[in-house]
Amino acid sequence: MPPLILLWLEAVGRGSQFAFRAFRGMFLPPYEIQETLRQLFELGSRSVPLIAVSGLAVGVVLSMHTRASLARFGAEALIPAGLAIALVRETGPLTAGLLLSGRIGAGIGAELGAMKVTEQIDALEAVAVDPFKYLVVTRVVACVIAVPLLTTIMNATGMLGGFAAETAATGMSLSAYLKTAFGSIQFSDLIPATLKTMVFGFIIAVVSSYLGVNTTQGTEGVGRASTRSVVMSSILLIVANVILVRIIFFFYPA
Amino acid sequence: MSDEAPVVELRDVTKAFGPKRVLDDVCLTVARGHGVCILGRSGTGKSVTLKHIVGLVKPDAGRVFVEGRDITDMPIAALTDVRKRIGFLFQNAALFDSISVGENVAFPLRRHTRLDDGAIRSRARELLGQVGLGGEYNAMPADLSGGMRKRAGLARALALEPAILLADEPSAGLDPVTAAEIDALLVDLKRRSNTTMVVVTHNIPSARAIADQFLFLHEGRVLERGSAEDLDRSRSPLVREFMRAQGAG
Repeated sequence: MPPLILLWLEAVGRGSQFAFRAFRGMFLPPYEIQETLRQLFELGSRSVPLIAVSGLAVGVVLSMHTRASLARFGAEALIPAGLAIALVRETGPLTAGLLLSGRIGAGIGAELGAMKVTEQIDALEAVAVDPFKYLVVTRVVACVIAVPLLTTIMNATGMLGGFAAETAATGMSLSAYLKTAFGSIQFSDLIPATLKTMVFGFIIAVVSSYLGVNTTQGTEGVGRASTRSVVMSSILLIVANVILVRIIFFFYPA
Repeated sequence: MSDEAPVVELRDVTKAFGPKRVLDDVCLTVARGHGVCILGRSGTGKSVTLKHIVGLVKPDAGRVFVEGRDITDMPIAALTDVRKRIGFLFQNAALFDSISVGENVAFPLRRHTRLDDGAIRSRARELLGQVGLGGEYNAMPADLSGGMRKRAGLARALALEPAILLADEPSAGLDPVTAAEIDALLVDLKRRSNTTMVVVTHNIPSARAIADQFLFLHEGRVLERGSAEDLDRSRSPLVREFMRAQGAG
């Protein structure tokens, strides 16, 4: 039995190789457009209710917390701006990423795991289809496209939730709220923070696909692949977020 | 066997999964239009042998040739071309469970032919009709019995009119009448289309109907090979017992 560290290094090596192959596969034909669109619908559109409702709730809570903090300094007028910046720069992308690593990661891990143990992946190969392209790359592309779009939806509903809380507390009009909120947001707040979620999408899809296609030990293995997909992609996503925020600050100093 | 180059050839194939050696120096040669049946007790490497032929499993040692091409280390693009000429029926059918039975059969046609949607559906219905599932185009795989799934898997394996058919227990789980119909279909296919077949089965009457050569595997090694009569007269008691126990003649 090799030492644990060697096994761990081997797993990291295999995972990295898988991720590199997936990244390269995104740019090389065949493109499997139809299957990618299907995945975009399955992974993207079907996640909208979760993201929209969560965004709304996050916006309300964030607004209440911001009010409680800023009221101490008599700076209630800054609430929409504070909320918008917090939401767009960090809360929206990270919350959306973590929610989607649960919703999408578990789904991909379980689906591909089930396909593996029932030989459906072998069957794809046997009918002369490259399963990596058909199953993995399509999901990776769909996630890289869907996660930033879903993050934008979360930001929008979060702002809406913030407005609901604000108007309930002060009777502020929508136009005044939006003017204050958007007046404070700059390009460097919105675009890099949203684009970094493309990396989140890549991580979620690659990790859960890797664990799915390497599932062993039948249905028990499928459950394990699903759970580990969520755990691993969430951890990697949080770590990647630290690095990405550092990179964003390097190019766009606060 | 004819003198022409073999369509399927395994040369000294050895394969282990972890510490367990599943195949040990296995050789197999199948000429065009012939049928070979792989026999043996459960867990002796029969399915793994089939998977080597379509490149789903790579040997640790030895070479695998299909229609004269060495597929052992073949790149995926070239292997894809080889696979288009092979139909594979999996032991548990391995239907894609997210699409209907008809679309499972249509899947290879949509991927590898330029037929329009109507022609593909029509061909898929025809294939399903051949295996007695004419009315099940829109059914989902989960709604079918094990035997029906097996037949749908066979229809999918035949979709591209393969030159080589690999079938892993084609009549397992079927009632005797349906099993006989499937056997008749395979025999007719071999005769009519000159399809080369490698079949794994425990059903000796089926094997006698389909195959002209037999390979008996035991603990990953070839214990006996030859015609059905050769196996009936084998010096190995295990082979003779297997042929008798499974209903010889």
